[in-house]
Amino acid sequence: MKISKEEVEHIAKLARLSLSGEEKELFGSQLSSILDYMEKLNELDTRDIEPTSHVLSLSDVMRDDTLRHSIPREDALMNAPDHTDKFYRVPKIIE
Amino acid sequence: MELYRLTITEVRDLLERKEVSARDVVNSVYQRIDAVEDKIKAFVTITRDEAMKMADEVQKRITLEKIQGTISILGIPLAIKDNLCTKGIRTTCSSKILYNFVPPYESTATSRLIEQGYVLIGKTNMDEFAMGSSTENSGFFTTKNPWDLERIPGGSSGGSAAASAADECIAAIGSDTGGSIRQPAALCGVVGLKPTYGRVSRFGLVAFASSLDQIGPITKNVRDSAILMNIISSHDPLDSTSASVPLPDFTAVLGRDIKGIRIGIPREYFIEGMDKEVEVSVKKAIKKLESLGAIPVEVSLPHTGYAVATYYVLATSEASSNLARYDGVKYGFRAGGKDLMDMYMNTRAQGFGPEVKRRIMLGTYALSSGYYEAYYKKAQQVRTLIKRDFEEVFKEVDVIVTPTSPTAAFKIGEKTADPLQMYLSDIFTISVNLAGVPGISIPCGFTSNNLPIGLQLIGRHFDEESILKVAYAYEQSTEWHKRRPDL
Repeated sequence: MKISKEEVEHIAKLARLSLSGEEKELFGSQLSSILDYMEKLNELDTRDIEPTSHVLSLSDVMRDDTLRHSIPREDALMNAPDHTDKFYRVPKIIE
Repeated sequence: MELYRLTITEVRDLLERKEVSARDVVNSVYQRIDAVEDKIKAFVTITRDEAMKMADEVQKRITLEKIQGTISILGIPLAIKDNLCTKGIRTTCSSKILYNFVPPYESTATSRLIEQGYVLIGKTNMDEFAMGSSTENSGFFTTKNPWDLERIPGGSSGGSAAASAADECIAAIGSDTGGSIRQPAALCGVVGLKPTYGRVSRFGLVAFASSLDQIGPITKNVRDSAILMNIISSHDPLDSTSASVPLPDFTAVLGRDIKGIRIGIPREYFIEGMDKEVEVSVKKAIKKLESLGAIPVEVSLPHTGYAVATYYVLATSEASSNLARYDGVKYGFRAGGKDLMDMYMNTRAQGFGPEVKRRIMLGTYALSSGYYEAYYKKAQQVRTLIKRDFEEVFKEVDVIVTPTSPTAAFKIGEKTADPLQMYLSDIFTISVNLAGVPGISIPCGFTSNNLPIGLQLIGRHFDEESILKVAYAYEQSTEWHKRRPDL
């Protein structure tokens, strides 16, 4: 299956990746050949087969609804590229 | 005596008998690192100062407490893959996007090692975000195979495997999503175990593909693997996918007879294109197991040929979602941009390497509107078929025996041009992650170029004991694990 340049650009935007012209070319052809390989899966009839999302038979796991320790704010902000004393700071969103 | 060459059990005996101090052991390991690390490049971060402090703390415990038999890694220097969060110590996943990330918390697996008194030697190199089979996708540098410096050590836990093989640590911890512990262990001539999915808490392991990722030990022999399994296995409320199952003493089965144990040889794993020397070594290993009393049974895992395609749909889809969090806001690298969207796009473009971008693109495509059923759901259904293959076979046999990798270590640069060729090097390890069962790789020979060959043993869900028992029996009747590279 050939992935068009427009499709590559659409996917890159969904993935929040700005790609160079060269990368678009390369990924377009590489994704096409990898997806061709994945076509193999269509050889199999899976009509009545349940999908496996997870190999363990676990259902929803709940914790007790009690107060517990969490990371202090200053620790949570410690790795942020830009922050105030209480918040992450990002480029302006609303004009 | 070269302390750095020893195993966990050997170091522990010397510490218990007070013949050496924890500091002696740590110093010896760093002397070794000073001597060979320029050639191997196994470490992203070396934690010498912290290690000395940890060694002194541990020494107090050794002196004050009577060492309990259960505390088996008190004072043992270990290397940790750089995708396990270590509080206050840089954790990069070998990615530029996390080049300066210092975790404010400790992973559960390393917390358990700390409780037992281990000494952190350093954080090991890997393929960026564990995506790769050679460490060539590291955002920083490629680790070299200690047996041949022109070859890759395998991946993604290539730094942990190379550090163990080169005696730059006593043992190491890695993670395995599609073979990332077993394949580098095989290519470096050490022992690597991927536990059952759910056996080890993944809290604090930087997520790649959440339905597949698992933490496990890389060690110089099978006993050390069992010792580390005793420590890192746990049910953890902080990881809702960790299983609440009984925890055996994994060392208890070592040395038990394997007479009458049924070992399955899947015909789909002995295929065209497999290296002849690998095939010969693995077949000899099967003969050896037979001579120890195991009963070989030919079996079939009919959907093996679909595993790589299934894996790369599921793993890239999960990765594209997991890696959405790297947005230049909360941690790590941030690039400039004219507005928020522009900042996101530039940060991710400059922060991620080519393989990570390729996989994010592939996963985003597979999950995008209109394609979900054709790719993700289809792959989940094929995953069910692969899992059933194993369930069927395990009705007949106790352990499955296969090669770990179709070839020995390949040359640096040999497979980087074609991503699909690189993906196919995981062909024998990937099904194990899809089925969620445990697998171990142990040394079973060398090629004529003196490169290690690995034997993979696969067990039932939560039956690491059987694979450890068979692995130990094989190891004790061979000498492969005693060989070390000339460095």
